[in-house]
Amino acid sequence: MVIQINKLTKKYGDLTAVDNLDLHIQKKEVFALLGPNGAGKTTTIRMLTMLTIPTGGKALINAQDVTSNKVKKEIGVVPQHMNLDLELTAWENLELHGRLHRMPRDKLKARINELLTFVEINSRAFELVSNFSGGMKRRLMIARALMHYPSILFLDEPTTGLDPQTRRKIWDLIRRLNATGLTVLLTTHYIEEAQILCHRVGIMDKGRLIALGTPQELMKKVGEVVVEFFGGTGTSYKFFASRQQALEYVSHFRGDFLIREVSLEDVFVEITGRKVGD
Amino acid sequence: MSFYAVFWREMVTLKRTFFKFFASRLVSPLLYLIAFGWGLGRGIKMDGGNYMEYVVPGIIALSAMSTSFNAVGTSLNISRLYNKTLEEYLIAPVTTQAFVLGKALSGVARGLIASLIILGLAFIFGAHLILNGWFFLVIILTCFLFSTLGIIAAMTINSHEDMGNFNTFIILPMSFLCGTFFSPNQLPDTVAFFIEILPLTHASLCLREIARNGNILPISLGVLVVYTLALYAGAVLVMQRVRD
Ligand SMILES: Nc1ncnc2c1ncn2[C@@H]1O[C@H](COP(=O)(O)OP(=O)(O)O)[C@@H](O)[C@H]1O
Ligand SMILES: [Mg+2]
Repeated sequence: MVIQINKLTKKYGDLTAVDNLDLHIQKKEVFALLGPNGAGKTTTIRMLTMLTIPTGGKALINAQDVTSNKVKKEIGVVPQHMNLDLELTAWENLELHGRLHRMPRDKLKARINELLTFVEINSRAFELVSNFSGGMKRRLMIARALMHYPSILFLDEPTTGLDPQTRRKIWDLIRRLNATGLTVLLTTHYIEEAQILCHRVGIMDKGRLIALGTPQELMKKVGEVVVEFFGGTGTSYKFFASRQQALEYVSHFRGDFLIREVSLEDVFVEITGRKVGD
Repeated sequence: MSFYAVFWREMVTLKRTFFKFFASRLVSPLLYLIAFGWGLGRGIKMDGGNYMEYVVPGIIALSAMSTSFNAVGTSLNISRLYNKTLEEYLIAPVTTQAFVLGKALSGVARGLIASLIILGLAFIFGAHLILNGWFFLVIILTCFLFSTLGIIAAMTINSHEDMGNFNTFIILPMSFLCGTFFSPNQLPDTVAFFIEILPLTHASLCLREIARNGNILPISLGVLVVYTLALYAGAVLVMQRVRD
């Protein structure tokens, strides 16, 4: 096991952001923590990456406590918010990271070139990051996290706020990284992201893990396609195992309706019996 | 050593914005020299020398202070509260000591450049000053200790606005009262006593004595060393408590 989380807890005053989290993540696994805003996903990642100190419990990475400095060399971190150095170029952002990890000069240069090519920003290596689009920044953040050859990559909402095309690019990067043996722990609130990308998914709500399994297992709990229709009492939902079944169901509909894939929100509603944010 | 990575980043951005930095460091000393050296000070004798030669070491001390404090403090405060670029250092295997050292040395670099600009101006204005190793040692200590004060302020003050207030209520009064433009002895005793505890006072006194006679004031130098060590330790401590 690469990551072992036992009864990990974080309290901010009266608020319990992460509540007795137990989770084990395997080597070479792509694991998604799924949940609405405020579920405790970021806090979990921040505890695993030593940016926040747990109130209770324990987390081990490669059998070492996350508060040990040795863990820092094993992990790469892409935070939820953009935290590139806007006063530096793409190249310099990567060089700074390499220098902070005391990479030797010759290795540093080669690695920067390799990663800039990998994330397709080599043509703009010497431009200030402040000119970059959101997607380029996110890709550069991934490259930066990989500079020192970590074995585990943490990605906190890697595709939130990106257009569908850029999102696919990021998914592709994550898949290719995983193929080289990297363990990936990401957070998201898009279930299709978890479905496409991840071996297993944990659903979090109010600091707790409320469901755990493969995407297929979780989806099966509600169905794959949902029909939303708008009646006198507001919006109603009906779940179906396939689009075909949904189409049959709506064939005699006259009012407005919408057929879409099941989302986290739907799974969430089914599991907790309430809507996200209630 | 990883402090160099921290320092390297600062030098990259300093190089990129050097002209702007240079110009901004030129303006206020130039105004001080014109107003207090040429304008008000013309014909005034201070301790037997002309006022220009009296005031230049004071301007160097205050400029070293405000340049290093602001260069380090403002950017670190923004980096912690707004850009979040500080996280990049927190997740890297860099010790707190190395981080503080790298940041403080970047403040020293900027403060030294600011001081050299003033020496250049003073030369043009025709001031005669003795410059030796002690002179630059005192400048370096002054920059270092106010850089580390900048780190402490940046890590404990929770808004950009309050950083500005720290400047207005602490840094600005010190820059006028700490033996920069006139001797603290001319102030009422209790005020003078308080002023003499402050590090900038000893920086001004030291620089002035060296510039005039080439001699170091051992007690003032000692005070600066003690402040430097204490503030470095303080900065390391507040940095270690950054994780919530
Ligand atoms: N530094 C903090 N101080 C106080 N409360 C916090 C802090 N960070 C997070 N929280 C709270 O903890 C809860 C979980 O937040 P977070 O981990 O960011 O959720 P998510 O990433 O799933 O959206 C939220 O209620 C949030 O307001
Ligand atoms: Mg979050």
